[in-house]
Amino acid sequence: MNPGAAVPSTPNVPGPSGRPETVVLGDADVARALTRIAHEIVERNKGAADVVLLGIPTRGVPLARRLAQRLASVVGSDHQALVGELDVTMYRDDLRRNPTRPVGATHLPPSGIDDKVVVLVDDVLFSGRTIRAALDAISDLGRPRAVQLAVLVDRGHRELPIRPDYVGKNLPTSAEERVSVRLAELDGTGDSVTIRGGGPR
Amino acid sequence: MKHLLSTAGLAREDAITILDTAAQMATTQSREIKKLPTLRGRTVVNLFFEDSTRTRISFETAAKRLSADVINFSAKGSSVSKGESLKDTALTLQAMGADAVVCRHQASGAPHLLAHAGWLDSAVVNAGDGTHQHPTQALLDAYTMRRHLAGPPGSGPDDAAALGADLAGRRVAIVGDVLHSRVARSNVHLLHTLGAEVTLVAPPTLLPVGVESWPCEVSYHLDESLREGAPDAIMMLRVQRERMSGAGAGAFFPNPLEYTRKYGLDGRRLALLPEHAIVMHPGPMNRGLEISAEAADSPRAVIVEQVANGVAVRMAVLYLLLSGRDAPGAPDPSEGSVLA
Repeated sequence: MNPGAAVPSTPNVPGPSGRPETVVLGDADVARALTRIAHEIVERNKGAADVVLLGIPTRGVPLARRLAQRLASVVGSDHQALVGELDVTMYRDDLRRNPTRPVGATHLPPSGIDDKVVVLVDDVLFSGRTIRAALDAISDLGRPRAVQLAVLVDRGHRELPIRPDYVGKNLPTSAEERVSVRLAELDGTGDSVTIRGGGPR
Repeated sequence: MKHLLSTAGLAREDAITILDTAAQMATTQSREIKKLPTLRGRTVVNLFFEDSTRTRISFETAAKRLSADVINFSAKGSSVSKGESLKDTALTLQAMGADAVVCRHQASGAPHLLAHAGWLDSAVVNAGDGTHQHPTQALLDAYTMRRHLAGPPGSGPDDAAALGADLAGRRVAIVGDVLHSRVARSNVHLLHTLGAEVTLVAPPTLLPVGVESWPCEVSYHLDESLREGAPDAIMMLRVQRERMSGAGAGAFFPNPLEYTRKYGLDGRRLALLPEHAIVMHPGPMNRGLEISAEAADSPRAVIVEQVANGVAVRMAVLYLLLSGRDAPGAPDPSEGSVLA
């Protein structure tokens, strides 16, 4: 399978499954993308006064925390008050198609989300169904002034009319390929985004 | 997990998964909008052959909070009073497309029969059968204990420390009418699985034959058990006078006053308990018989909290049984692990 022009020709490394993986983003790339997204959030919302970042478990949560730190250093506020996590398990539409999922935690910042600008943060945007579930979850928790979406990777193949506001990297993929995001907080390695072919090479 | 029939044989990991899921369900119940869309379009039948207030309402609330449709069926006023058999009732429910059946029955083993006789495809939850098992009550008791006892002694309820924890090394005294109590049986097995040390305290006449084979200690003296055992939690059981033959207390103890004097929890015995110990009762209480008003209303009693936790635990059980690929009526049914 040809990785295509959009994927930089970085060296192939054997992944955990033994299949070759292409590293698309490394440590420094992830950091730069998050810094840029933080500045875009400040620019779009003319500051960060009303912004609340909600990470979607699992990997959206550390990404939201990192974004909050950057946002706080740009506008000079407390990053803890900016960030929360939003579990969407009980709002998913595919619960009966997959093995039973463990239910995660939802924590909102003390100020709540009413009349705020909520920025949902996730690692990979694919079908858009997780974000659909997140939008339903938000409407049960309060009424934000606006909801925006920040993702580290947009890999296409949307099944719903959902579009991200902030994208770390657009990554054209085939539906068979697998995109994995590893983050230092959860995976004990450096940060990386890798792509692995679905079919035999 | 396909059915929940008994806590005997419930694996430690499965029990902790249920308790952790219940903790997440509980956090959703403090919100303004308590209803979740998770089980939209699924049908839960409450099949109650025996009287119950809190268990039925608790299951009904849990199912409704998860957006399932609930059908309440009680033996009184149904075709059962015309002589319909359990099998025909089950076939009727199957024809109506029940996804889960919550069953309470006066005969031990009735939910097991419903689950395994091939009459029903639905998940079966035992909501109390005879003097056999009442697994969701034991799970909500374990959840309540874990919440209060997971942190350092005396630190109060600690949900963060409780997540993923078991009850290793905690001492629990279960006091009273063990003979007629399905709650005691379910608790002994579940608490043992979770690592707690259980002591049953009862007069010899209210202990079943074969109790020595259960994974617990047995004592006949409450004061001694409180002083020497220093339990972290004490669970008072209801004296089930409706199951005792003859008028009054039948032949199990001389008279209610003597029972209260030897096995009732009052203010004096409350003072014998360690500072951090909690007082539990599965309800309904006989105030003045097994528990005094002073003990039942003391700040260490978590009896009302047990009821609230019951909804969260039953939401967790329904979620775990009805979601996932192995759930009844899922698009791609395959062989799942079967409990009990």
